[in-house]
Amino acid sequence: MAEITAAPPRAARRLAPEDARNAAREVRAQRLRAFLFVTPLLAFILFAFVAPIASMLFRSAYNPTVADLVPATLEALEDWDGEARPPDAVLTRFAVDLKRLAEERTSGQLAEEVNRYLPGTSSVVKSTARSLRRADDAALAEGGANLLLEADDAWGEPGIWRALRKSGQVYTASYYLTALDLEMTRDGTIQPRDTQIYLKLYGKTLWMALIITVLTLVLGYPLAFHMAHSSTAHANFLMVFVLLPFWTSLLVRTTSWIALLQTNGVVNSTLITLGLTRDPLELLYTQFATIIAMTHILLPFMVLPLYSVMRGIDPSYMRAAMSLGSRPIPAFLRIYLPMSLPGLSAGALLVFIISVGYYITPALVGGTDGQMISNIIAFHMQQSNNWELAAALGSLLLFLIVALYWLYDRFVGAGNIKFG
Amino acid sequence: MRRFPEYFTIWHIAGHYGLRLVAWLVLAFLILPILVIVPLSFNAEPFFTFTPGMLALEPEAYSLRWYQEVATDQRWTLAIRNSFLIGIAAALLATLLGTVAAVGLASPWMPFKRLITALLLSPMIVPLIIIAAGMFFFYTSFGLVGTYLGLIIAHAALGVPFVIITVTATLAGFDRSLFNAGLSLGASPVKVFWDVVIPLIRPGVISGGLFAFVTSFDEVVLVLFLAGPEQRTIPRQMFSGLREQINPTILAVATLLVVLSIALLLTLEVLRRRSERLRGTGA
Amino acid sequence: MKHRSLLLASALALGAQGAAAQDLTVTSFGGAYGAAQKEHMIDPYVAETGANILFEDYGGGVAEMKAQSESGNIQWDVVDIEVIDLERACSEGYVAVIDHSILPPGDDGTPAEEDFIPEALHECGVGNIVWSVIFAHREDAFADGGPQTIADFFDTEAFPGKRGLRKRPQVNMEWALLADGVAPEEVYELLATEEGQQRAFAKLDTIKDDIVWFDSWSQAPVLLNDGGAQMVQSANGRIYAAIEDEDAPFTMVWDGHVYDLDVWSVMNGTDQEEAALDFIKFATRTVPLSGMQDVAYGPTRRSAQALLPEEVKANLPTAHLEEGIKADGIFWADYGESLGEKFNEWLLQ
Repeated sequence: MAEITAAPPRAARRLAPEDARNAAREVRAQRLRAFLFVTPLLAFILFAFVAPIASMLFRSAYNPTVADLVPATLEALEDWDGEARPPDAVLTRFAVDLKRLAEERTSGQLAEEVNRYLPGTSSVVKSTARSLRRADDAALAEGGANLLLEADDAWGEPGIWRALRKSGQVYTASYYLTALDLEMTRDGTIQPRDTQIYLKLYGKTLWMALIITVLTLVLGYPLAFHMAHSSTAHANFLMVFVLLPFWTSLLVRTTSWIALLQTNGVVNSTLITLGLTRDPLELLYTQFATIIAMTHILLPFMVLPLYSVMRGIDPSYMRAAMSLGSRPIPAFLRIYLPMSLPGLSAGALLVFIISVGYYITPALVGGTDGQMISNIIAFHMQQSNNWELAAALGSLLLFLIVALYWLYDRFVGAGNIKFG
Repeated sequence: MRRFPEYFTIWHIAGHYGLRLVAWLVLAFLILPILVIVPLSFNAEPFFTFTPGMLALEPEAYSLRWYQEVATDQRWTLAIRNSFLIGIAAALLATLLGTVAAVGLASPWMPFKRLITALLLSPMIVPLIIIAAGMFFFYTSFGLVGTYLGLIIAHAALGVPFVIITVTATLAGFDRSLFNAGLSLGASPVKVFWDVVIPLIRPGVISGGLFAFVTSFDEVVLVLFLAGPEQRTIPRQMFSGLREQINPTILAVATLLVVLSIALLLTLEVLRRRSERLRGTGA
Repeated sequence: MKHRSLLLASALALGAQGAAAQDLTVTSFGGAYGAAQKEHMIDPYVAETGANILFEDYGGGVAEMKAQSESGNIQWDVVDIEVIDLERACSEGYVAVIDHSILPPGDDGTPAEEDFIPEALHECGVGNIVWSVIFAHREDAFADGGPQTIADFFDTEAFPGKRGLRKRPQVNMEWALLADGVAPEEVYELLATEEGQQRAFAKLDTIKDDIVWFDSWSQAPVLLNDGGAQMVQSANGRIYAAIEDEDAPFTMVWDGHVYDLDVWSVMNGTDQEEAALDFIKFATRTVPLSGMQDVAYGPTRRSAQALLPEEVKANLPTAHLEEGIKADGIFWADYGESLGEKFNEWLLQ
């Protein structure tokens, strides 16, 4: 029987050498067979999921755009000391490059890349490209430097050339620096940028996620407790109310909150009818809207693990403590709470991890101050088209999530996630 | 009147009822926001709010016009078709690959089990915006952005963890000697898999597939980044509707989706009971 | 069985893809304007040619075009674009150069080159409408007539309440300077300087707490209607349609309006360029263009203007030119990027 020959290796040690070899071979075959079963999915996930994540990480430090656009200018700039204005030959070469870009309609890309290192440069590059487009080729090759300086005297400053040279670096850590609100000065030291945006946003995201976690806990704990201590039939009935929102589309739930919170929405009309306020409150498109809608959406993620742990807690412990005269609150704190801790930590970490990376709900109900880090990543992906910065911000978020997931796995075990 | 143990004081009893009240309030918080959109979707006016007529229950304040609009607007019908198409294809792909893999993962001899499990479950934990950005960069080089195939692959990857979790859970109650018995009787592993394993774990496979379907059906971030106008799905259409022009058509769609999720919930409940009966564990 | 359904699904997917390749994606601004375009341009075109058109909405701006262009996934074919964004989209190659000789003459026989008003034939676009960014307020929100000028729009003491603005620097920067007393003809010159930009942001700062931002023109009348704002920036046609069709209690203010053209453009790199041009030729004929009067937008063909009744003409931006300024597409092509960046930093502050 296969079952006997394939006994676990520890038992094999006591067998005769030949049997042991057979057993070991059988184990190897079993290992291989098990692995073969996983191979198709593993290959699929590597292509469909892991490789995309890896390409994002790569993108955060790799940007060949400028190097592809103006290779000749960058080559000429290599020997420049970076102090005074580069020699006229360099300027002329750039003028020729820029005219070509203007004709190919790619000067906008160059403008945008250089602008990231020296804000305000975009308009200089674009207007210069516009005027060079009309320039005569021969005149350009001859006196391109002068044409450039005529178009905009910013080309006489060394700063713009340093920005150009810097943006030509194919591999760079500068997007990570920007994502951390830092910048590198000319002498190579790293200092905080003038405008602090992203760290503040990371902080706000973590803070909002924390509030949401605490709210789901405060709301979810009594509910799970009540369900866990009801009869099975009653608990199953109540479970429907938890599972229905869980199964309802995220967009539907977000839509509901828009209907509830808008200026003439259900909440405001109720408040006005009850005479609690005269003018409608500003609820939608605020941080408050993001927090309340996300609390609603993530509450089931808190209730489900809490419930499954509480269901397994023997009520006789509490009963014993209370019948021995313990007051309910101390009895709860000393006995019940510690026993429900696995469910609590599972739910809390799950909710926290999910909220940190949330995008849709803040985007729809958050207005300006209810935006989270995911929204700024989406902004740089879709609006400002600064994909490298988006990738760097995303990578930082990913590191954060992986750290949280590692915590989760350590304390709860990733395999223990259950649904329904 | 309910009987309480004799050591209960009045405070215990108050606490008991207080807790029950709180629990019901939380349930109301969970469920009411979803139900409030149902009557609003029958609004005769193009607004998102209850009109005075609706509150006075006047019949002419209600209408089916937004449902009509869903049924006739080309964009919504395309979105509905796309959602089912992509959802079904992604769920099938995820279920097929996930079920086979779960059998391997459930084996006690599986090498690197912990690492591989963590890897296969990771699409569930990584924020969608990161996945979306990564896929946008990577799929572009394969021409997969703006295609059905790209979306199906992307959504299948998101659905895989759910299949793994549900199928592994059913396999935990699966007697492996049945598999080995089949092998020792001379059947090929593939035949044993289809004829012996699959029928036994079917409830888990189906609920895993349903999870994968719902994941795709509800997903919007990847669609925002990877889909072209031709691949618009229901959530994508709702998202742009909520951003650009709020009108009750969205509420009509939302109501239909609530009905759909009730149906799904019931199906899963039936499956869960059957699975428990098969495994002889539940009531 | 699983095999079979999988095969079926893949067949379905492939079939759908095959069918979809024929669709022409036309992207415009939705709402009342989109409805008018659907009625007068899309539907007649579909009826005449049997083409399959996906009519998409977007919020304006060049970001989406840029993302498609830079990633090489061109998903739109025809796009309705504001001239304020067109210059940039054109010089950066997101939209294709259009040969104007393909355009049919007006219905009265005037050759296209003469029939279109001069600004309407752009290197990369064919004129659609003349429209304007105005602001409007609710009649019931203010006593004695409400705000009358751009300066009033920025005066939160005399006219308290929320102001809806589209979330972008365009027009908002111009208005800030106008409200700060800058002469209309000096606005763009000043905005090109660091001081001018700072002055505009400083003026915007004075109302920042009262601004409700929106992303798309179609949201403007909605905001005003549901009380989300007491005055909103809007494309004039949206407010006009709300007043005409729904009896909305809105008042339009023409002072300091920024008028502009909208054109049809073809995405650069689309594989349906021919079909896209064919649609544009149809949509910019005399009769389809004159249909834009439904939403108080002026057609860009003289032969179409001639078809308009006098009472309609009074509501068109062309009747109010001396009160407004013309949007400067070249300025925004040069400064859109850097001002966009500054604007977003300002928003996050």
